Amino acid sequence: MRVAPPSSRSEADPAVETLRHRFGDRAWVEPASQVGMPVLWLDRGCLLEALAALRDLPASFAMLFDLSAVDERLRDHREGLPAADFTVFYQLLSVASNRDVMLKVALDGADLEVPSCVGVFPNAAWYEREVWDMFGIRFAGHPHLTRLLMPPTWQGHPLRKDHAARATEFDPYTLTVAGQQREQQALRFDPEAWGMRRQREDTEFMFLNLGPNHPSAHGAFRIILQLDGEEIVDCVPDIGYHHRGAEKMGERQTWHSFIPYTDRIDYTGGVMNNLPYVLAVETLAGIEVPARVATIRVMMAELFRISSHLLFLGTYLQDLGAMSPVFYTFTDRQKAYEVIEAITGFRMHPAWYRIGGVAQDLPRGWDTLMQGFVDWMPKRLREYDRSMMDNAIVRERTRDVAAFDGAEALAWGVTGPNLRATGLDFDLRKRRPYSGYEQFDFEVPLGSRGDAFDRGRIRIEEMRQSLRILQQCIDHMPAGDYKADHPLTTPPPRERMLAHIETLITHFLQVSWGPVLPPGESLAMVEATKGINGYYLTSDGGTTSYRTRIRTPSFPHLQQIPALMRGGFVPDLIAHLGSIDFVMADVDR
Amino acid sequence: MTLLTPEVVAVLVAMLQALVILLGAVLLGAVLTVVERRLLGLWQDRYGPNRVGPGGSLQLVADMIKIFFKEDWIPPFADRGLFVMAPAIAMASLLLSFMIIPFTPDWGVADWHIGLLFFLAMAGINVYAVLLGGWSSGNKYALIGAMRASAQTLSYEVFMGLALMGVVAMAGSFNLREIVAAQQGLWFILPQFLGFATFLIAGIAVTHRHPFDQPEAEQELADGYHIEYASMKFGMFFIGEYIGIVLVSALIVTLFLGGWLGPWLPPWLWFAIKTLVLVTLFILLRAALPRPRYDGVMRFGWKVCLPLTLINLLVTGAVILLVAPS
Repeated sequence: MRVAPPSSRSEADPAVETLRHRFGDRAWVEPASQVGMPVLWLDRGCLLEALAALRDLPASFAMLFDLSAVDERLRDHREGLPAADFTVFYQLLSVASNRDVMLKVALDGADLEVPSCVGVFPNAAWYEREVWDMFGIRFAGHPHLTRLLMPPTWQGHPLRKDHAARATEFDPYTLTVAGQQREQQALRFDPEAWGMRRQREDTEFMFLNLGPNHPSAHGAFRIILQLDGEEIVDCVPDIGYHHRGAEKMGERQTWHSFIPYTDRIDYTGGVMNNLPYVLAVETLAGIEVPARVATIRVMMAELFRISSHLLFLGTYLQDLGAMSPVFYTFTDRQKAYEVIEAITGFRMHPAWYRIGGVAQDLPRGWDTLMQGFVDWMPKRLREYDRSMMDNAIVRERTRDVAAFDGAEALAWGVTGPNLRATGLDFDLRKRRPYSGYEQFDFEVPLGSRGDAFDRGRIRIEEMRQSLRILQQCIDHMPAGDYKADHPLTTPPPRERMLAHIETLITHFLQVSWGPVLPPGESLAMVEATKGINGYYLTSDGGTTSYRTRIRTPSFPHLQQIPALMRGGFVPDLIAHLGSIDFVMADVDR
Repeated sequence: MTLLTPEVVAVLVAMLQALVILLGAVLLGAVLTVVERRLLGLWQDRYGPNRVGPGGSLQLVADMIKIFFKEDWIPPFADRGLFVMAPAIAMASLLLSFMIIPFTPDWGVADWHIGLLFFLAMAGINVYAVLLGGWSSGNKYALIGAMRASAQTLSYEVFMGLALMGVVAMAGSFNLREIVAAQQGLWFILPQFLGFATFLIAGIAVTHRHPFDQPEAEQELADGYHIEYASMKFGMFFIGEYIGIVLVSALIVTLFLGGWLGPWLPPWLWFAIKTLVLVTLFILLRAALPRPRYDGVMRFGWKVCLPLTLINLLVTGAVILLVAPS
């Protein structure tokens, strides 16, 4: 039930026209783009000019949505594409025209350098560091091109095809005392390396290491604060402590067996993470799922949205010093999990979506259970509103704290509720409906000030809208099959497997090897719990993905922190961290 | 000639009383650690510690065994002398303050004319515990906590003393026994309501209880000034906090709620009931409120509480002068 985004009409695309007009032959448009948006291959010399031109269009491509690379050296199916050892790709998003465009730069293995676009898009800083870290591609002019996710002492660039994927391919791991000291030393913060001063006139700054173990860091997140008293002069977030190499695992697991890994990307989002992945795989495979599958997926995704927002609400208020709400929201989450458990058999990580369907049909009586939850929540949400969001201390702590406007949000790549808290109406469920969202009746709550308070309030409102969607799912669940009737549906329908030898063979192969997808590329984006989650899959015609790019919303949200916190106090930082709603697994992947 | 002259008996009785009060205060502080968790559990729709002993009654024993047998670690980067001294000050200064509280007409340790001033002095000393503990730990979080503690105490002690002056003026004495006696007809909470409200706030601030737990502020400073403390040294800060709650509650009872006065029930029971109600209020506040920002707490102290206490003192003085027989 995938509805192609409007941006796939590449004929009269303003981005394409602009770049063609300006660069002529140096910009080559991929004739049959498979990723749902125009793809242009550029000479790296005109990259910065192209990015700036797109950003400055009337319908501005104001957001650098994603930036990463592909190691093309082992890819067999590159028919018609420019020769490249490595490709760096830039996905730009225009909220104004609801279009995307992807720019690609082909690189030769002997000369891995691209100009840095930090001057055009401030959020490129971390993406470029990640690409340097993972592929060893240099970005000329980057202010601080160091490793981002891997430890500073790491040797090699993990996402290169010649880098080992498994621990067993390395020598056994040992850590000597000297080695430990070396690692610790490498983690010491050096203010001079970041252009920071240790003192100013008569003030000596304190450098406070907040995290990676800190009660309010929401996981293994480290941020180094340059403090004058309690005022934050500057700060440097340091991530990578939760990095598990999910993208590398995607190149090793079969298309099917990678599904459980997606659950653990945003580990509070459960099946919400399965959705963009299976949507992308289904686009590659050419599967159209039945209406019942699409509706079940929407229902479970929205249930997990509520569960994730409840966790957000409890911890957000706890970060503001209110110790009780988290226990109430966990009671509510338990109610949600009872429904989730009855339907999927698991609680946090059901890994329940399948290529071409879902794992099982809904159990008998699911609607009664779901109705119980839908009836339980509204009075609880009213209570949270009254007791906490109306509380004077909560307002004092969050009003105008870490506030930013729509333009800043786009420049930093902020998506999801944090973007809508600025008043910008951009919800993929409405603007580019997928999985049948266009058939649901719900509203997109908007904030106005873009501060920590709006970010909290808007999520309570989103829970109410999700409850409306759940109610519509209960009332209008379509009949039909829970799996698509397609040869690549994995696992294939069991009933026919026992009757046809052909289906039995397919079943055997798909279970032992995994399904073989045709070569190509696909990209799916969904409005996940924390923002826009995107999977960009490259298939080389095998049983595994050639490259799995996972674009997560929390990554740019954390990158934005220093821009917001300069001049704030430590308690403001804690309030802001609580209001972002991030989990480190979603940042580091 | 017998040793048991009436004087000796009086001394022995007084010593015994002092001992009972001392043990009672420490024990109550310790019991409160568990009571608080059970009450919080009740208000937060969960059980709280209910596994050790019937209904969790022996939780305290388990906690004590644990805390006594933990490694008593002093960080190598700490200033040893001050580091050890800080928890002792925390506990001693608060325990000493119990001296001046008259629990019943006959129970109490010291019956001083400077009673109330003694408490204020001890509360002043108490901040050194936090200050020295935070500073000597050699930890940045502890240092920020200590900084916050000293700034907060400075702001709140100013009007804490002033809040009590209305009571002193009405009773005409700093002696707590005489203050209780002066409430025979009317508890001071009514004529001195502003004094009561501001002293309650200052009392919470002095004991570093939520929402004035800025020096600890778990979410911000990861426990602040006692972050490096372990074992019983931490325990002394911890129990000290609860002793502080009991002390402030007992003081409020004495100064504003008529002390042991009350009909039908024996005086000690009245005193205990009133104190426990206040202690519960302290715990309820923690369950109910978010934490204001540190500078908001300062602003509140200087801009709201201080003027209120001054107005209260002025009005009280004026009324006393007006109704006084000239």
